[in-house]
Amino acid sequence: MSRHRIKDVDYDDDDFYDDDDELADPEEQEFLQQCTTAVLQQLRAGQPSVTATKEEVQDALWHYYNDIDKSVNYLRGKREKEAAKLQKSKIQPGLPVPAYPAPPSTAHFSAADFFRDCPWLNIPSHRKSEILIEPLYPRLGLLGGAPENGGKLSKLAALAAARKKKEGEKAPSLSETPTPSTPKLEQPTPLDHSGTSRSLRDRLAASGRSTPKAPEGPGSLRRLATPSASSHPIPKRPEAETKRPSVPELSGSMQRVVLEAKEEPEPQQTMPTIRASPSTFASTIVGAATGPTAAEPSHLHSTSSDLLRIYGQDHAEPFDFAAPSPDDVVLNAQNAAKGMKSKSAATKSAAVKKGQSDLADGVKELSVEDKVTVKSKNLDVISEYKKSTRKRSANFVVIGHVDAGKSTLMGRLLADQGAIDQRTLDRYRREAEKIGKGSFALAWVLDQGSEERARGVTIDIATNQFETDKTAFTIVDAPGHRDFVPNMIAGASQADFAVLVIDSSVGSFESGLKGQTKEHALLVRSMGVQKIVVAVNKMDTVQWDRERFEEIEQQISAFLTTAGFQDSNISFVPCSGVLGDNISRRTNDPHASWYKGHTLIEELETSEPYTHALEKPLRMTIGDVFRGGVQSPLSISGRIDAGSLQMGDHILIMPSGETATVRSLEVDSQPSDWAVAGQNVVLNIANIDPIHLRSGDVVCRPSSPIPTITSFTAKVLAFEHLMPMQVDVHRGRLHVPGRISKLVASLDKASGAAIKKRPKIVGPGVVVRVVVEMDQAVPLEAPTRVVLRAGGSTVAAGLLE
Amino acid sequence: MRCIKNKIEHNGSGAVTLCPEEPEDMWHAYNLIRPDDILRASAIRRVTTVQDTGSTSSARVHLNLVIRVKNLDFDPQSSQLHVSGQIINETPHTKIGQFHTLDLELNRNFTLEKEIGAGGEGVGWDSIAIESLKDAVDEGGKRRAEAVAVVMQEGLAHICFIGQFQTILKQKIEMSVPRKRQGGGDHDKGMNKFFKVTLETLIRQMEFNTSLTSGANNEAVRPVLLASPGFVASGFQKYIQSEASTTTPGLKRLLPSLVVVHSASGYTNSLSEVLQSPAVKRLLADTKYARETKLMDDFLEQLRKETNKATYGPREVEDAVEQGAVGRGGGVLIVSNRLFRSQDVAERKRWVALVDRVRDVEGGDVRILSSDHESGKRLEGLGGIAALLTFPVIEPDLDSDAE
Repeated sequence: MSRHRIKDVDYDDDDFYDDDDELADPEEQEFLQQCTTAVLQQLRAGQPSVTATKEEVQDALWHYYNDIDKSVNYLRGKREKEAAKLQKSKIQPGLPVPAYPAPPSTAHFSAADFFRDCPWLNIPSHRKSEILIEPLYPRLGLLGGAPENGGKLSKLAALAAARKKKEGEKAPSLSETPTPSTPKLEQPTPLDHSGTSRSLRDRLAASGRSTPKAPEGPGSLRRLATPSASSHPIPKRPEAETKRPSVPELSGSMQRVVLEAKEEPEPQQTMPTIRASPSTFASTIVGAATGPTAAEPSHLHSTSSDLLRIYGQDHAEPFDFAAPSPDDVVLNAQNAAKGMKSKSAATKSAAVKKGQSDLADGVKELSVEDKVTVKSKNLDVISEYKKSTRKRSANFVVIGHVDAGKSTLMGRLLADQGAIDQRTLDRYRREAEKIGKGSFALAWVLDQGSEERARGVTIDIATNQFETDKTAFTIVDAPGHRDFVPNMIAGASQADFAVLVIDSSVGSFESGLKGQTKEHALLVRSMGVQKIVVAVNKMDTVQWDRERFEEIEQQISAFLTTAGFQDSNISFVPCSGVLGDNISRRTNDPHASWYKGHTLIEELETSEPYTHALEKPLRMTIGDVFRGGVQSPLSISGRIDAGSLQMGDHILIMPSGETATVRSLEVDSQPSDWAVAGQNVVLNIANIDPIHLRSGDVVCRPSSPIPTITSFTAKVLAFEHLMPMQVDVHRGRLHVPGRISKLVASLDKASGAAIKKRPKIVGPGVVVRVVVEMDQAVPLEAPTRVVLRAGGSTVAAGLLE
Repeated sequence: MRCIKNKIEHNGSGAVTLCPEEPEDMWHAYNLIRPDDILRASAIRRVTTVQDTGSTSSARVHLNLVIRVKNLDFDPQSSQLHVSGQIINETPHTKIGQFHTLDLELNRNFTLEKEIGAGGEGVGWDSIAIESLKDAVDEGGKRRAEAVAVVMQEGLAHICFIGQFQTILKQKIEMSVPRKRQGGGDHDKGMNKFFKVTLETLIRQMEFNTSLTSGANNEAVRPVLLASPGFVASGFQKYIQSEASTTTPGLKRLLPSLVVVHSASGYTNSLSEVLQSPAVKRLLADTKYARETKLMDDFLEQLRKETNKATYGPREVEDAVEQGAVGRGGGVLIVSNRLFRSQDVAERKRWVALVDRVRDVEGGDVRILSSDHESGKRLEGLGGIAALLTFPVIEPDLDSDAE
């Protein structure tokens, strides 16, 4: 002990004791022994004789640096004080040692108790000076959650309790002087031991007695376990005096200790307590939320006069917030008055319910968590679609080499069908002539971009609608320039069939055949287009030469057949886009009298209706993200590949994984409540940041999301030589860089059986299974057609496996 | 990189002291330093000392540490090289065997020692190491200015720095540009915004000073290649011109160095096309990467012809060398330098032996391509090694699927 000549006695000093007992060397032990006996002798010899335990003496010696005289004086003084206190408190000697669990008590100042008998905001003046807030110490048990009495103890507390109980049983037999023995804790402190103010430590000890989990950290448990520390009732502690009249006196003293008599059986409380228990916050702040124990003004206990009744609320009844709040009541009443059918429980249309056709019933309020709420009509989209009396609709893409006259031809078609009015057309003509491009006027119907008009080249796809008597057509005008093939792929992915425009003028046809005529035709075929209409354009420049037409027909049909189009699905129309001959009206040029076939529009109308995967999970590739207007700050457009959609639906955007809500939607530029696969739609969406939307992303439902992958195996038809190389992967608007990492095997075209495993290189026209890896995760799933391009040309196209 | 001291013995062991001067030198160092080499460099180490009283104090001390290399970490974007290993010299502050990561710094010498153990377990300074050391130490000082390439398409731009030995992707700009629509001017607005952001980023990455008054006006501006499909690049050039004539006159210095070229897409894998374009070739004639790109194109062309006079893949090339097809009169061995960076000593020895054989015994040409270039990336796809052959070799039927 002498090794630790540190005077600051910290509350963990029990640790030192333990350590010392183990560590003390024999020499010191002996010296200590001698001193102890000396002190004890002096104590006994002195006037009046005083007894002290050996431990006490040793502690005192330790504190007084083995000074025997001082220790004797100290112990003597202490005994005297104790004796005085004992007399004063008149404690019953027969008071039993309280069994554990000891009654929980607040050893510190409790404002709740202090003000218990005071009227609100009317504190008696004699009290005002007495407010002394003591520092807070955690109570036993779980803070906040567990009830004080009979509540569940924490495991640690339970362990301490069990230990303490055991010690408590042992204690009476062990200690030589049961009643007056002072706890070890009290004596060694050389701190202030004057009678009036108890040291913090004593208070802690007191609270430690009642609450096994004292706040002093690691040492506390051990302390509780020592018999002398806690289980003896000491004179100072007014533990059992709860019902005694001395309470006011106590409350007057500085260390007001409010205790609760839990030993007292419950029936003693005949008056029901009507005071509301403090809130969790209050009890945490103020301390233990013990029930009313101290003497209280009678009015608080009275059953007849309840203070709280003044406020018109009966708090004797528990209020569980189950009933609607007053605000709700008012709102509901208002809603009812307005005739709105507001259901309190918000219904959310996760999926389209089958078999529900009653529209009026379906108007339920839909509540979305955040800012924008959209009402879903909960339509059964598929039955709506079947009921609808819409015309047959068909999408077609216009493809061909650059400057074959695709846009002009389509502009003519739109003008002839009345989809564009004459005044706009005249304006285009004037403006086009102004910049010296008079022949481009018709193309301007579709080429809306400033750069497109300035350069006279289509850059991006344009969609437009027109209707014939039978069918509603959607034109997708694709760019012909080789740099914009990615845009053309996006257009072709929206198409049911294709119109291949060929420039019949001398030299142009030949260069086109080498150029994009071929590439486009292969692309649309590999993207699943079956039917192709070949418009042999600019026939007026070759004077409607029949031989020229037949030469073109022969070459193109030979090529298209090898590309995989069936003969019955190929048709040829000689026409002139600029003049409008054989577009929607027959030509009256005498040179063209040999042609007896369909006009272009008639040929378009022969197309079969196309079926789409309506029942499959929703898939839609975003074609464009734009600001639709003031009403719809964020819009996306695209064609629904599969499934159906309606207003108010929640959608998931992949690969960002963000959800959004469909605010409203347009089908073919007409507002609609729903849309199905195959339709070109504009979705006005909400509750998403536009940063999560890119063209090429896929819209799906949160319930059936499209997977994102970084590598895939595909069976592709090679258009060029394939080897492990860097490629761009295209699917609709999706365009990501990747690389062919492996050529798995070249396959037989008909049977699909492997011909050669791991070929080094494969030539054009070979079907090969390849593994493609991409740097970023991309939303793709198994039966998807992909196009692989490299160095500005299409190298392969095929099906994802 | 400057060579301060060169003490390489004939048997291949020895040490060199080098001083890196440019960021690209770090890349050279990355290729030179291999696991198990001994590297001496200055370092700052935080040393924690425990006093007798139990209190601790830590201080940062400058030390000259010698470590046996365990691992290399190269960050190409910032050109930083971190070499970790165990300390083998004794200093007052460190113990032998402690681990340390040396951060090589510009203009601070480092000494690299390679040794050949008695049992031949080390590789020492082999022919490849000597060659890359020659590459690293630019004796003639004829290092050419590097170029900046902006590969772009609508709403997407990649800013790359093309150096002598590596291509660094500095920044990718991605932006959602609305497509053209019926009667909507959003597209032009979106493109303008995209150009604006791209220009700002480019200026920042080039550390180009746009103020007219600054004294740095005379510094040479690196050529800036603007590449895109369609008209995006020329649109961007026009945008820079209009900016130069209106808001930021400082940009005028940049204008002469702009070159607009065509590329197939806005992704970096179309860089090879950019480097092959005549305009760029004229500008950056006979640089290493131009030669490398040409070589890869030749190889792929030969492969396409299916004459069996070109082959790729480790086993196939070794087989062809075995048959003597990579020899005098047109045989070219193309190797990616990634193969020599292998952690495995045996692996490196295998490739060094192959290179030595082709060069010294067979008499063929050996080209080592930087894996950090576009052409090197293409070679990576083919397994890192390829060869142009002097006579057709019938490839062995590898149906065994041994891989």
